Formats: sequence, C-alpha cells, structure tokens
Amino acid sequence: MAQLTGAQILLESLLKEEVDTIFGYPGGAIIGIYHELPNYPFKHILFRHEQGAIHAADGYARASGAPGVCLVTSGPGATNIVTGIATAYMDSIPVVIFTGQVPTPLIGNDAFQEVDIVGITRSCTKHNYLVKDVRDLAKTIKQAFYLATSGRPGPVLVDLPKDVLSDSTEFRYPKSMHMRSYNPHTEPHVKQIKKVAELLSNAKTPVIYSGGGVISAKAHKELIELARTTQTPVTSTLMGLGAFPGNDPLWLGMLGMHGTYRANMAINSADLILAVGSRFDDRVTGKLSTFAPKATFVHIDIDPTSIQKNVNVEVPIVADCKKALHALNEEIGRLTDTPWKEKNQGWLDQIQAWASTQPLQYDNTGPEIKPQYVVECIYELTKGDAIISTEVGQNQMWAAQYYHYHKPNTFLTSGGLGTMGYGFPAAIGAQAAFPDKLAIDIAGDGSIQMNIQEMATAVSHNLPVKIVILNNGYLGMVRQWQELFFNKNYSWTCMDAQPDFVMLAEAYGAAGYRVTQTEQVLPTLTQAFAIDKPVIVDVRVSREENVYPMVPAGASLTEMLLI
Amino acid sequence: MRHILSVTVENEPGVLSRVAGLFSGRGFNIETLNVAPTLEEGVSRMTITTFGDEQIMEQIVKQLRKLITTIKVVDLTELKSIQREMCLVKVNAEGERRAEILRIVDIFRCKVVDVSVDELILEVTGDAGKIAALLQLLQRFGVKEITRAGMLAMKRSMQE
Ligand SMILES: Cc1ncc(C[n+]2csc(CCOP(=O)(O)OP(=O)(O)O)c2C)c(N)n1
Ligand SMILES: [Mg+2]
Repeated sequence: MAQLTGAQILLESLLKEEVDTIFGYPGGAIIGIYHELPNYPFKHILFRHEQGAIHAADGYARASGAPGVCLVTSGPGATNIVTGIATAYMDSIPVVIFTGQVPTPLIGNDAFQEVDIVGITRSCTKHNYLVKDVRDLAKTIKQAFYLATSGRPGPVLVDLPKDVLSDSTEFRYPKSMHMRSYNPHTEPHVKQIKKVAELLSNAKTPVIYSGGGVISAKAHKELIELARTTQTPVTSTLMGLGAFPGNDPLWLGMLGMHGTYRANMAINSADLILAVGSRFDDRVTGKLSTFAPKATFVHIDIDPTSIQKNVNVEVPIVADCKKALHALNEEIGRLTDTPWKEKNQGWLDQIQAWASTQPLQYDNTGPEIKPQYVVECIYELTKGDAIISTEVGQNQMWAAQYYHYHKPNTFLTSGGLGTMGYGFPAAIGAQAAFPDKLAIDIAGDGSIQMNIQEMATAVSHNLPVKIVILNNGYLGMVRQWQELFFNKNYSWTCMDAQPDFVMLAEAYGAAGYRVTQTEQVLPTLTQAFAIDKPVIVDVRVSREENVYPMVPAGASLTEMLLI
Repeated sequence: MRHILSVTVENEPGVLSRVAGLFSGRGFNIETLNVAPTLEEGVSRMTITTFGDEQIMEQIVKQLRKLITTIKVVDLTELKSIQREMCLVKVNAEGERRAEILRIVDIFRCKVVDVSVDELILEVTGDAGKIAALLQLLQRFGVKEITRAGMLAMKRSMQE
C-alpha cells in the first residue's frame, strides 16, 4: 500500500469526512499541509486573523449542521483561536480544529512558536489530542470528528507536530468508531416518557422551555408536533431561537433576562415545565429560588451533567432530544381522550392577555432612528428567510426580540460566552455554507471593530455578507447597566474616534451606506441587500435606547423592568 | 460528607490533568488521589477522596463520567468496601523511648523500615482512623515527618 505523509493523511481524512470548506491561516508549522492543499478539492478561506477563521468555522457549523473545520499554525496561530474555541464550547457547536505544533523532539523546549495548546484548551474543548506518531493520525482524526458531532456536540482540537506531518505511513481510515470510554446515552427511558405524557395531559398551565439542544439534535419538527398536538405554549432560550416558528400562536418569545413579558409570566405561573435541550442558565432563570415556583420539572437533555445541576427535576430524561420528543409524540398519540384544546384554552387566553397588556414595544414617535425599528425592517425585508448572526450587547438582544425566526440554523449568536466580534466572521462562515442565501450580521459599533479586518476576507472570497451596524456610539449594553445600576457613570463606554464605516467599507472594496433618517432605513436596507458584494450599513440609532424588558441580574423573572 | 470514588480511565498522556483540571475548574476539592495501572492493559485506576453534599457529588460523578477518557466511575461510599491508607512516619526514638515505640509498633502491627541512633521510620497501613490514632500516640515522642499515600479502596465481594 502506498505511503502517505501526515499532511496528505490529514487531507485524505477530511475528504473521507466529506469536508468541503476549510477556514484557515498558514504558518511555519503547517506549511507542509498548505503545500498539499492545492492538490485537493477543498474550498479554503483565508482569514486576516485566526479568530476570524475559528468563528467562521463555528458559523458554518451552526448554519449547516455539519462540523466546521479550522486550520491554524502553532504558537500565536493557536492562541489566537482560543476565544473562538471557548465560544463554540459554551454553545456546544461541532468544530474540528487542527493546530500546527513544533516537531516532537522539541516539544517542551520552549522552541520557536511553541505553546502547549492542548493544555491551554483542555477546559474549553470537548476533547483534544496531541498526535505523536503518524500511525495514530487517521484514527485520531476519525475520533475527533466522531466526538465533535455525537452526543453533546463541541469543539475538538488535534495538535499536529511538524514531524508527524512529514513522516509517512499507510493510510487507512477507520470506517466506524467505537470508544469504550465514550457512549452517549441517546435512547429515552420508556417509563419516563409515559410519565411525561401523563403530566402533560394533567397539567393546567404547562410550558415547553426549549434550547439549543433541540437545534443541534435537529428535533424542531418533533418539537412543533408536540406543541401543536398538546396545545402547549413554547418559549426558548437565545440559543434555541428558530426551532419553533416565531409567528406561531403558541410562541411565547424568548424567556429570561431580556425575555418577553408573557414568556416570563408564563414560566412564573407554569405548573409543568418541559425543558428540552436547555440547561437552566442564570441568564434564563434569574433568581433560582423563585424560578417557576409552582412547576414540576421535566428535563430532556443528552448531557447528564446538565440535569439536576441548577434545578431539582422530577422527571430527568437523558436522551437525544429528537428521539425523546419522537417517543413522547407517539405516547401522546395514544392519549386520545385528552381534550388538549379545551384543557389549555384558559391558559392560552391568559397568555394572550399578558401579550396584549405588555407586548414587546418601543417608542417610535421621536425623530431618532430606533434600533428596534431597524431590526423590524430587516425582518420585513427577509421574512425570516435570511441567516442572521449577531454581535454581543444590545444589538444581540434586539436581534433576538424583533426578528422572528421560523427555521432552525438561521440565528447565529454567541450565547454562552457572549463573544463580541463573533457575528461578522460567523456570517462569513454561514455564507460560505450557503452562497445563495442572505447572510446578515446585526452588529454593534463596538463589537464590529473586534473583527472588522475580515472585510478583506469577505471581499476576496466573494462572500457578500451584509453588516448592519446599530451604531449608538456606545458599548451600549454596558452603558445600559451603568445607567440603570451604576448611577449613569458612563465610565469608558463611550467610543469616540469611530472610523467612518462607509469609507472603511469602500477602502476594503465593499459597499458602504450611512443612514441617519428613519425614512431612509427601509429603502437603504432594500438597496444594500440587493447588492452582490459585502456591504456595511451604518445606521445611526438613538444613542441611549435600552433593551426592555429587563430582569436585573439576580432578580426574579417577574421583577421585569418594562418600558 | 467524604466520598471515595474509584475511577477507571484510559491510560493516556494528560489524563491526570483532565481529572485534576475538572476538580479545580469547577471548584471541587480533591482530598487524596492515587493513580496506578490495573490488570487490564491501558487502563488505570484513580482512587479519589473528596467532600461534598449530595448535589455536588452527583455533579462530580457526572462530570467525571463526561470526560472522554473516563471508562467507569463508582462511588464506593455507597457500597461495602475495604479502604487502606499507608503512611511513613519518622519519629524521635532516643534512649528508653525506643522500647515504648516498639511496643506501639507491635500493637498497631506496623513495621520498622529504617533505624538510626535517634530515629525510627515506621510504615503503617490501615484505614484513616488507625493512622490518625497511631500518629496521636506517637506525638509525644516527636513526629519529625510523615508522608502519606492516597487512599486505596476496593469493593467487597459480598454486598448486601
Ligand atoms: C470580547 C468581549 N469583551 C467585552 C465584552 C463585554 N461587553 C458586553 S456587551 C458590550 C458592549 C458592546 O458594544 P456594541 O458592540 O457597540 O453593542 P451595543 O450594546 O451598543 O449594541 C461589552 C463591552 C464582551 N461581551 N466580549
Ligand atoms: Mg454600540
């Protein structure tokens, strides 16, 4: 059998994994891989900073459901992606990362561009490997993809010393993978499922609280079926947006710190909470001791550590969300005597009453452009068909509140880590996965400057991502906290000396627009979305607009600050 | 409450730091830790003693299981088990004290493993209680140094 070098084995393995796109940045330790790359059919996207590459791999994974692949060199190349790895880890996104490493005989010698990236990323990867022998390479890559995409997905890093890449061996790619130390439990327990069906049929005020796990398990159809058959209202976390249609009458909107009034009130009155693929994060629950005080909890999740971590659960179900919801739907199908509609009508009426007394709202009567209005316009123009990514801060929350997501994998946001600078490269990754879709980054003026250099990437690869900056001239979310909880002491949250974003876009060879009047918003966005190149739309919005509702950190969900 | 966890892991580089990092990163404490190979090739056993209420212990056990390199986790506290610790004790043993120390050695069934003019090194194995009792008895002679191994534990063959 022919002998292949480690570099060739890596690329052959990626072919076996049906990888089509590599998000990367070359360097000394991985020249060998880049030397082989032109002989392979991959689309390689060259970033301007490794952080861009890792977020793009993550955005590609979120939008497509397939693992993203990131390739960077040793030392600074590797350390530059740590934020992106942690971002993917917190949100359980399947990314496989290859880092160059100094040759094995030099490891531990403080060699040029050596870092212990396996040590550095141990706590922010699902798993990681240092390959020490080319004969272990193919198997390790197989394991990396298997781990990244199975169970609770997550980033897996493979560190590749230079000599391993140049050494040769026979290439044999394992067909399947079994690891004695890794067996995610995916089948739901039948008795538990029966119990849940019974609880649902007896519940008077049930709520489904869905999370990102429903999207990663591709369980949205099952979720919709369950909600509609049992007439149970659905709320979701930031990460779960898109799994349930945002225009369905059973939709409550997002819950938690910036959740809707009706979602938080419904949680507070619920007698049954069915948590699916969510993890009772502090941004969701507010003060734990008063979270859903009347509820019995059912919790379906693939990760046993998520269950019983923050709340006491009556019915824990460790399983794949899709399988569990499927089994539950079958069980529900047998309960033909339950008059779901009549049973829940009063509850749904109550929710409707909350929705009409306190809808999501903002004052749009003044002369200034309201950021919420801009997001509404984006929705108006795309009807939920675009892939939306966000930066972090107020822009992110308005994007979550005022755009309505109807399909999974259309909302890309750094939920767990809250990484500013995520949205733009993530949109590039999504655009690479779906060249014909509209990919829009709803951005803040602060965050966009964290990875603005990727304009060059978008231009050179013809990835016509649209950036809409809700430009308030502030690190707005921090300013909001300073206003509300720190006596308006706006310490270092006003960003003066902004670049001229229009000129900046043009300097990169992209298109730029500035919007200063409310009437211009819709026409300018229409024009911008029609252009077949990257665009920055700099929208000068009302500077001190706040995100409402807001549950102050550590307060109960019912203690919402409203407009 | 104190718990004894018996954890079998793939014997790979870095496996110890994965376990240690899990404890430190999540604010759990390791009281004692012992790592050694088992009969099965490529498999090591870690015996970890730690403290925590029910909820913390549930998290520790689940988090340990979640590590990709972990094969099995058993909380021996819930089972009948044999527990042994080992301790080497360097104690002052001048003049007539020596005879008295040797009597204690006899009663505790320890071993004298090193002798010099004025000191003895004793080796004692037993459960934590026995070692504590011995150390207390030896205190008045002057214990100069101790070194202790982490706990070893094994499930008893007969469980109720
Ligand atoms: C990398 C990083 N640094 C700091 C923060 C803290 N932070 C959260 S929101 C925010 C302000 C973001 O400002 P901008 O992008 O203008 O968004 P806005 O809130 O104004 O919409 C900051 C600094 C963060 N989330 N990420
Ligand atoms: Mg801002």
